[in-house]
Amino acid sequence: MGFLDIRNVTKSYGQVEVLHRVDIAVEEGEFLVLVGPSGCGKSTLLNMIAGLEGITGGEIAIKGRVVNGVHPSKRNIAMVFQSYALYPNMTVGQNMTFGLEMHGVPKPARDRALADVAKLLQIDHLLDRKPGQLSGGQRQRVAMGRALVRNPDVFLFDEPLSNLDAKLRVDMRTEIKKLHQKLKTTIVYVTHDQIEAMTLSTRIAVMNRGHVQQLGTPKEIYDTPANLFVATFMGSPAMNIIPARVVMQDGVPHASVTDAEGTPRMLRFSQAAMAAWEGKDILLGIRPEAITDPEGADRKSGNIQSLPNRVTVTEPAGADTFVTMTLGGRDAIARMRADAPVAAGERYEFAVNMEKAVAFDPATELRIGG
Amino acid sequence: MSASTAPDFRTRLQDWLPKLVLAPSFAVTILFVYGFIGFTVVLSFTGSKMLPSFKWVGWENYAKLWALPAWNTAIVNIAIFASLYIVICTLVGLMLAIFLDQKIRGEGVLRPIYLYPMALSFIVTGTAWKWFLDPGIGLERVMHLWGWESFSFTWIKDGDMAIYTIVIAAVWQTSGFVMAMFLAGLRGIDNEILKAAQIDGASNWQLYRRIVIPLLRPAFLSAFVILSHLAIKSYDLVVALTGGGPGRATEMPATFMYSYTFTRNQMGIGASSAVIMLMTIAAIMVPYLYAELKEKK
Amino acid sequence: MSAVTQDTAVSTGRAMRVLIYLLLVLFALFYLLPLYVMGINSVKPLSEITGGNMMALPQVWTLDPWRSAWSTAQIGVEPTGLKPYFLNSILMVVPAVAISTIVGALNGYVLTKWRFRGDSWVFGLMLFSCFIPFQIVLIPMAVVLGKLGLAGSVPGLVLVHVVYGIGFTTLYFRNYYAAFPTELVRAAQIDGAGFFQIFWRILLPVSGPIAVVSVIWQFTNIWNDFLFGASFGGTSQPMTVALNNLVQSSTGVKEYNVHFAGAILAALPTLFVYIVAGRYFVRGLMAGSVKG
Repeated sequence: MGFLDIRNVTKSYGQVEVLHRVDIAVEEGEFLVLVGPSGCGKSTLLNMIAGLEGITGGEIAIKGRVVNGVHPSKRNIAMVFQSYALYPNMTVGQNMTFGLEMHGVPKPARDRALADVAKLLQIDHLLDRKPGQLSGGQRQRVAMGRALVRNPDVFLFDEPLSNLDAKLRVDMRTEIKKLHQKLKTTIVYVTHDQIEAMTLSTRIAVMNRGHVQQLGTPKEIYDTPANLFVATFMGSPAMNIIPARVVMQDGVPHASVTDAEGTPRMLRFSQAAMAAWEGKDILLGIRPEAITDPEGADRKSGNIQSLPNRVTVTEPAGADTFVTMTLGGRDAIARMRADAPVAAGERYEFAVNMEKAVAFDPATELRIGG
Repeated sequence: MSASTAPDFRTRLQDWLPKLVLAPSFAVTILFVYGFIGFTVVLSFTGSKMLPSFKWVGWENYAKLWALPAWNTAIVNIAIFASLYIVICTLVGLMLAIFLDQKIRGEGVLRPIYLYPMALSFIVTGTAWKWFLDPGIGLERVMHLWGWESFSFTWIKDGDMAIYTIVIAAVWQTSGFVMAMFLAGLRGIDNEILKAAQIDGASNWQLYRRIVIPLLRPAFLSAFVILSHLAIKSYDLVVALTGGGPGRATEMPATFMYSYTFTRNQMGIGASSAVIMLMTIAAIMVPYLYAELKEKK
Repeated sequence: MSAVTQDTAVSTGRAMRVLIYLLLVLFALFYLLPLYVMGINSVKPLSEITGGNMMALPQVWTLDPWRSAWSTAQIGVEPTGLKPYFLNSILMVVPAVAISTIVGALNGYVLTKWRFRGDSWVFGLMLFSCFIPFQIVLIPMAVVLGKLGLAGSVPGLVLVHVVYGIGFTTLYFRNYYAAFPTELVRAAQIDGAGFFQIFWRILLPVSGPIAVVSVIWQFTNIWNDFLFGASFGGTSQPMTVALNNLVQSSTGVKEYNVHFAGAILAALPTLFVYIVAGRYFVRGLMAGSVKG
């Protein structure tokens, strides 16, 4: 039994089921990120944990206590909203202690808690201001402060960074991570941004259309995506999905992929289990950073395959250069060193790290080959 | 398993409180609006005279109503009044709004002047215009004193023309409001569209006729709905300005209903005239409100 | 780039502009004319009106018509002036405005932040009630007020105006609160605030502007009402009914100057509101015309 248990939870509006049998156990101190495209049900699930939406089936338990039907304020949770939801008519200090006041905490205790949190978040100097006088980042801090003051069992974050500009978002991301490392609190965090999910979480639940597609550590999710959806949703640029056929050479399974000219190229699989798919069409998944120039290839990899192909477009992005080519009839992107000697229209010898390659069944879209 | 998960007391209370708070208003609306409408509809099928009675007479009141010369006068009058009032208010309002939108110096002074009549009671408006249009002391006499001896303006005393004095006073009262609606519509139009049209070579006239006025469609619709609703309800202005006279020349459905119900003791007929007024307004308002509510969902 | 093209893309020629200004000023005069006529003739002796020019300034300035209108003019059968009716109007307007605004605020809060199945039907029914011709409720209202013993009394008029005013006040507050972020209500729920605490502590403190709109709208409408006052006023008639009685009285000489003074007295409260808070008045009008 976990610290926060989501057991077989479903949610329906009338006949329409929007969440299907979600099962997640969150350990104490864990940072769980729910990630997925809009409409995938992640915010609904968060609201159900908070008690802001009813639970149609299954149960949610916090610290072993089933909280279905328990009022949000009695669940000992705190929530940081996308819009921050700061009360416009109250000062920062009043905003942060409103919850304690509602719970009947006496004034001296409230002031002490406020002082501690304000110091922790470095917002002591803002306590007498109104939310309207704060910058986006400051509001964000106050919203977190309001949650911290309550000292809840579980923190819920609903896309808290999506209203900030790009630079501030990165700063606040680090800030939240530091805070989590320091306080060791249990957090459930909703975002549609897969980079936030990767950087912040201890575990990720990737959701789509009301289903949890995969639940695992960031590394598991990134390296061994359970299905095509997870593979393409996580990572930027997205994983290349290349139509290929499994052929045996010297008793070892290879992926046969056509290059820009339509010539088949052989890429040896690291997974021996792919032999079972001999002669069948599959989808080969290779992340852009696994297709490089030969000098930039991962030296620790035991399976670098050479792939000659024509370059379609190069896009220098400063730190890296993204190179587009045609593979299996589709565009594929390689992530090269900035000074890699490539030019559009020319042929080039790419290096593919097949240790990082995965394969999917085109029919079920599930990952195959172990 | 789910037996242990019934909502706690507080959650249940919070579920009920909002409905409890809304309930009195809802009950009052159902009773005092829809219940009363039902009551009046029932009365319109009874032979009620001075007091409500429940002697069923079927469609008799409606038949009598449409045979009454006074009701026919009222219907003709409301048709004349409503169409002129709506058209003139819309034209004047649109013109003033377009003119005021030309970066006019002193807009801040002019706008409140156009709009202030809307703050007045129709009784005040009626009193002011009644004496101003009175040939004995008002406009006609002023013109005579200023040397225009042949000037004649006796509409308010003339059974054929008195209805038009009501149009004048009503336009005076509400055209500023229509102006404000159109002005808000004009200010809401994206200036880049206008710039694009000018680059395309549209003249000012074409610009307004082809681009701006079509974009003001929602404002036209709102103006039409509000004005027709005001026209059908118009009671105070007629009472104050002409008292329904001279004779019965300016009788309107609203005045007809009042006099038949409360002074002539023909409650059944009065009720049937009220029902017809309601149906007319409902035919305009219900589709409009329905569309507005749907749109905002 | 001249500064003019920044704001409105339309530019007009010189002759056209002169014409526009001319028309705008003419219309301003048209709107001001009745006010001017009422104003100057209310400070003239009657002889100057009946024997002189209505547009001319007074030769003898006098406040007698105002005094007469306020305290001695014959209203109906009693020579009381408009004073007692003015008080009736005040006694009717203040509670009616206060109650309908408070109820409207609570309704708007429920209809936006505590939505339930069928809430838009409830709102639709209340909204339509704003637009019925009141003739349709006159007869049953008279019966009900009689049964309640409220016929011809100020409390009866208050009841009528509250009943037929909450549709509009609910509309105002609902539209205003709809734009108020629901996340704030959710945050307050998690913070442990209840239904009334959220209303009192979170929503009400930011409701100032719409409350002003609602109060002004209700004040203007109820003060200016004639139909209900004439139907149910009895011995507690409001100002508008008394003014009409004064003007329409068929006995004796028509004291035009007193009528004008009375008309201005009846108009003063709403004109005053319009002058000090015109912006809110316009907002109320617009909100009443563009619903949803």
